[in-house]
Amino acid sequence: MPSTYEPIATTTLSSAASSVTFSSISGSYTDLVLVANTATNTSSNYYLIQFNSDTGSNYSSTHLRGTGSAASSTRYSNETSIFTSIGSTISTTKLASIMTAHIMNYSNTTTYKTIVSRDNNAGTEVDTTVALWRSTAAITSIKISIGANNFDTDSTFTLYGIKAA
Amino acid sequence: MATTYEAIATVTVGSGGAANIEFTSIPGTYTDLSLLCTLRLTSGGIEAVDFTFNNDTGANYSWRYIQGSGSAVNSASGSAANAFTEAMVTNGSTSTASTFSNSCLYIPNYAGSNNKSFSLDTVEEENATAAYMRLEAGLWSNSAAITSIKIYGSANFAQYSTATLYGIKNS
Repeated sequence: MPSTYEPIATTTLSSAASSVTFSSISGSYTDLVLVANTATNTSSNYYLIQFNSDTGSNYSSTHLRGTGSAASSTRYSNETSIFTSIGSTISTTKLASIMTAHIMNYSNTTTYKTIVSRDNNAGTEVDTTVALWRSTAAITSIKISIGANNFDTDSTFTLYGIKAA
Repeated sequence: MATTYEAIATVTVGSGGAANIEFTSIPGTYTDLSLLCTLRLTSGGIEAVDFTFNNDTGANYSWRYIQGSGSAVNSASGSAANAFTEAMVTNGSTSTASTFSNSCLYIPNYAGSNNKSFSLDTVEEENATAAYMRLEAGLWSNSAAITSIKIYGSANFAQYSTATLYGIKNS
């Protein structure tokens, strides 16, 4: 059986870092899956994603969010990165945040790129996000950051590649 | 290239039903776990299925979710519980015949030394006025490696319910 869900790269932080970047991503897969299990010492954070170092206003997203007491939906347009909501936690609750982002048809050079993400923190929110990067370029690098704050030690980031056939 | 998404074990409920589904002796050789379930209970309507890690019944579980029923959306949370209660939404015996719920539980770093968080997507569909989908975040406040997962409902699991546990390696 051909292997279709393959690890491309992984990072575990041994010290706090403001961002993690996966670069030189091969175009040999069909889709990508980014899994992050993170901590930060500062609350009210959110994941930010940029592709190919593009800092232009080329990103938009729609969110569905539950705080435990309220449900809401939010829309962002013409942003300089993708918000995929929360990374908030407290320092004593390490790795409470999970992000699983699916990036479809990331290497095609004809269409814009769509992302579906699930973001979790049992202490703050549960979210799902659909986002768009308005570029026809193949995605060759992904930068994930957490607003103006740092990811804490032990945070893990893994990029997987999926082949359609 | 290494195979990274491997089936560890699968359970299919037989004709007698089953009070619970349990995966034990989970090896610590993977990075993440994914549990995919299709479930139905032998009584009730739209039901909840709970689960525990390592048979821990202490007040170490907390969660937060958003769910929709087809006509309303709400968000709720719970903490200091002795299991992940109100976790998976599931069809019961009064649900449309031959309908089973579907759930996907993802547990990153399950064998690490920090507390364990998870992501759960769970849906219950049937030919009725209401059917539920739920997105949930959970935290098990325990630093032990997860070596067993037990899921159970308010009644037995019906025949043909299945659960498969996958292990995922990051390299």
